[in-house]
Amino acid sequence: MRSTAAPGRQLKNYTGFGQSVRNSLTMAYRGLLKIRRTPEQLFDVTLQPIIFTLMFTYIFGGAISGNVHNYLPVIIPGILVQTVITTSIVTGVQLREDMDKGVFDRFKSLPIARIAPLAGALLADTIRYAIATVLTLTMGYIMGYRPDGGLGNVVVAAVLVIACSWAISWIFAFFGVIARTASSVQGISMLALFPLTFLSNAFVPVETMPKWLQWFVNINPISHLVTAVRDLANAGTIGRDLAFSLIGAAVIVAVFAPLTVRAYMRRT
Amino acid sequence: MPDKEEWAVEARGLKKTFGDNHAVNGVDLNVRAGTIYGVLGPNGAGKTTTIRMLATLLRPDAGTARIFGYDAVKEPQIVRQLIGVTGQYASVDESLSATENLIIFSRLLGLGRAEARRKAAELLEEFGLTEAAKRPLKNFSGGMRRRLDLAASLIAQPPLIFLDEPTTGLDPRTRAQMWETIRRLVKTGSTVLLTTQYLDEADQLADRIAVIDRGRVVAEGTVDELKASVGNSSLQLRVQNSEDIRNAREIVEQVLKVRSNVSAEAGKITAPMAEADRVTDLLIALRTGGIRLAEISVQKPTLDEVFLTITGHGVKENASPETEPSNAAEEMRV
Repeated sequence: MRSTAAPGRQLKNYTGFGQSVRNSLTMAYRGLLKIRRTPEQLFDVTLQPIIFTLMFTYIFGGAISGNVHNYLPVIIPGILVQTVITTSIVTGVQLREDMDKGVFDRFKSLPIARIAPLAGALLADTIRYAIATVLTLTMGYIMGYRPDGGLGNVVVAAVLVIACSWAISWIFAFFGVIARTASSVQGISMLALFPLTFLSNAFVPVETMPKWLQWFVNINPISHLVTAVRDLANAGTIGRDLAFSLIGAAVIVAVFAPLTVRAYMRRT
Repeated sequence: MPDKEEWAVEARGLKKTFGDNHAVNGVDLNVRAGTIYGVLGPNGAGKTTTIRMLATLLRPDAGTARIFGYDAVKEPQIVRQLIGVTGQYASVDESLSATENLIIFSRLLGLGRAEARRKAAELLEEFGLTEAAKRPLKNFSGGMRRRLDLAASLIAQPPLIFLDEPTTGLDPRTRAQMWETIRRLVKTGSTVLLTTQYLDEADQLADRIAVIDRGRVVAEGTVDELKASVGNSSLQLRVQNSEDIRNAREIVEQVLKVRSNVSAEAGKITAPMAEADRVTDLLIALRTGGIRLAEISVQKPTLDEVFLTITGHGVKENASPETEPSNAAEEMRV
């Protein structure tokens, strides 16, 4: 026995899976409390879906689909994916701000799962994605979008978008951990995300693009996600694209979660 | 020498370099369980970096740190179960209330929902924060924040508590309260390792002190040992009649066989006191000489003098307390 200082304590040098989940959920609870304390930080997720949905539908509707009504089944899934994923940038920015505070030192000194402070923050942010999702779909409904897939499939599509955004937020969390300042996180993330969301089939039919661009758009994972959402919402079908989206999301988490945790551990 | 098990902290040759700044350059520390150990040094001496390495927050470049016999690098998760850390800047959540903070930390430490709530209430009561429990921390004073911070470190009742400059920036009253709390902790069996740049704080609290300067331990021992290392106590005499002072000085130097200092306007004579016995002879000689004394006192050397003697430079009291941690943080962000 090396320690007489801790009688009755069970000392182990690892954290089990169960504990990791519990720790992450507690950290998610912290994130929710923070959102409740400062509801003004939800401004962007409330306004962006409303403005973007209105703007893009009325600007592109006539040109692309002849009229606004025919464009809705194309644009609503597209704008949904674009808006919710853009929202996930905030996760990285806020993580950066949060990590500069002294409280993260305490988290590090506690015998908790190393991934918990990060996973918890990302988990709490799914509430933001949920808000953005509901608002975008509501705007679509107000403008006359009636998805043929039915409510059940729309809900499945919504969950799919939220889950994929959570996965993608690990990328921004990684930027957040390695960047020096919160504003640089915003910059890098926008730079990465802008081409990804716009060089996709989210707003415009792929056939209208030049060949070389079509190549990129077709391998762009965002396109697969958009197609999966369209299939689900408009036709109620589940295709290859759904599988691609889920596999893509899993790969992102598998790569970026360990990278992020490692970078997080290295920081003072 | 006590058994190995009785050491709460054993650090050997700890080193940490940020760029070309040798923040910690070979620190050895031994802290016996159940004591208060003070790490004393000016800003930038490497105190915070040392604590961060002992508390598993920073990986040492060289050397070993063992907490109750467990290696801080190889068994960090065990070490974390044995320690509580209170940072220099409050390590609590600004945007939440005191209760929410304590509940979250309790839950993270494995307490159940009801248990966490009870523990939070109990600690808030103990630290006199019950009234402010529901207010967001933004409106907390520095002292309240520190108290909450300390409370959060005590949730799991860790046997070893690190306090990094626990009273920096606090007013004297809050400081005295903090000292009281720290003393109480040790009575319950905890070991405390605290850093401070205040000499009187180390003097007041610590059983043993390590003086650290430029990343090295330059002296170690009990407060009395350190003071003794600087020299002996000095005898101070004040005469009633300042005309007597020259006579008095002659008598002092004759009897004690030493050189003395005089500050004429105060009528005060200061002389090193090598042998306490001789003072009797001196007092008799003074009375025979018809010199009336107003005051007599024995002065031990202050830690200030200790510090000056050991390091060759004084404590820079007015340097910004933020310098050390923020420099370290900047360096790491490269």
